[in-house]
Amino acid sequence: MSLRYLKGVATLKLDAARCTGCGMCVNVCPHAVFRLENRKAIITDADLCMECGACALNCPVQAITVKKGTGCATAVRNGFLHGTEPDCGCGEDSGC
Amino acid sequence: MSMNGNENQFTTVTGTLNTSAGQIPSTSAEYKSADRLAAWKARWGIHRAAWLIKPGLYALGAPSAASPVFATANYKLSFDNLRRNLKGIDSWILVLNTKGINVWCAAGKGTFGTLELVRSIMETGLEKLLEHKSIILPQLGAPGVAAHRVKAYTGFSVTYGPVRAEDIPEFMRLGNKTSPEMREVRFGFFDRIILAPVEFVQFGKYILPAALILYLLGLKADAVLAAGALLAGSVLVPAFLPRLPGRSFALKGAAAGFSVVAALSPLLDFDLYQFCARTLIYIPIASFIGLEFTGSSTYTSLSGVKKEMRIAMPAQALALLTGLLMLAFRRLL
Ligand code: SF4
Ligand code: SF4
Repeated sequence: MSLRYLKGVATLKLDAARCTGCGMCVNVCPHAVFRLENRKAIITDADLCMECGACALNCPVQAITVKKGTGCATAVRNGFLHGTEPDCGCGEDSGC
Repeated sequence: MSMNGNENQFTTVTGTLNTSAGQIPSTSAEYKSADRLAAWKARWGIHRAAWLIKPGLYALGAPSAASPVFATANYKLSFDNLRRNLKGIDSWILVLNTKGINVWCAAGKGTFGTLELVRSIMETGLEKLLEHKSIILPQLGAPGVAAHRVKAYTGFSVTYGPVRAEDIPEFMRLGNKTSPEMREVRFGFFDRIILAPVEFVQFGKYILPAALILYLLGLKADAVLAAGALLAGSVLVPAFLPRLPGRSFALKGAAAGFSVVAALSPLLDFDLYQFCARTLIYIPIASFIGLEFTGSSTYTSLSGVKKEMRIAMPAQALALLTGLLMLAFRRLL
């Protein structure tokens, strides 16, 4: 995919020592961030990560950490105004 | 929120099926013009909240104990998108209660989530109905569901299907496996441009009345520029996203805004001073709307949005203020 967001900001981390190579992260990632190599997952390009959290949640051995969130300016502003975590009032008239 | 009274015009429930787990409403893969109209209205933000599907289990075609189960959200567009792609596939559809929000957004919030899935597997008595224990989820539901936890709680194994429901037949041909293409979220021209109406309406409801007031005050050029900034941020940004410079959405919005102001400038009779002041006022507006498009994009991360907002918001405010001061200053002289 030609569209890439800001460089070097994603909070994605993989602990290779824990990884059992089950491939779940490869299955769930919508941006092909992971690949299996020698029965271990590797991160191909962390800049493609949108921090959706699917990989970390579905890794059965908690080898992945990522600060999950929606990359949505409205959400960040709402969170800032209300002093809470980012929250986009999704479902009403927001586009997401 | 109640199902709205128009429900019967849609192809939501077409009958009932008697099963060992009781009567199950049935639905069909047919997609009528009323469904299409509903989708169109939802895109324009009309009655968006009214497009709820009753959560629970539905039968599509004539499913048996061996038929596959597909889970989706109780948002009409999500449900329709699934069922219309299941033509000729006898199956069960499990609708989770996501409060009328689509799968991806709901998974992000956790309402399309492990607990809701577990609850609805148990409540619908799915186990009694089937001879297998597997359920197919849209891959975009994965941010909310931990497959291994669902297995631990219910014995059901979760398989993530393709991102796009139209790939389901191919997914099944591959033995319930996704190919790399099926797993990848795209954000092509068409995916982006269908989001433009919602953006346009969302900001148009403030900017268009403001433009009208400017027009009535005799500030015709400003009325045109305000509408131009709206168009730049809400339509040009989605349409030309890959072509606009930089990776930052605020920057892309600013670039679109600048193009519009520059394109309109021959029509407006401004001197250089006036032109600069207007640029400083209308570019930040387009930039602001462009930045909002991160919410609809399929690849922006929270860390990235936070980073660009820390720089963009003060810059936008400063530019706007400078532009307004420039105009006020000139009046005073
Ligand atoms: S899901 Fe976890 S264990 Fe499985 S391959 Fe990925 S990192 Fe390794
Ligand atoms: S957080 Fe989402 S986008 Fe990032 S690597 Fe994990 S699954 Fe992929």
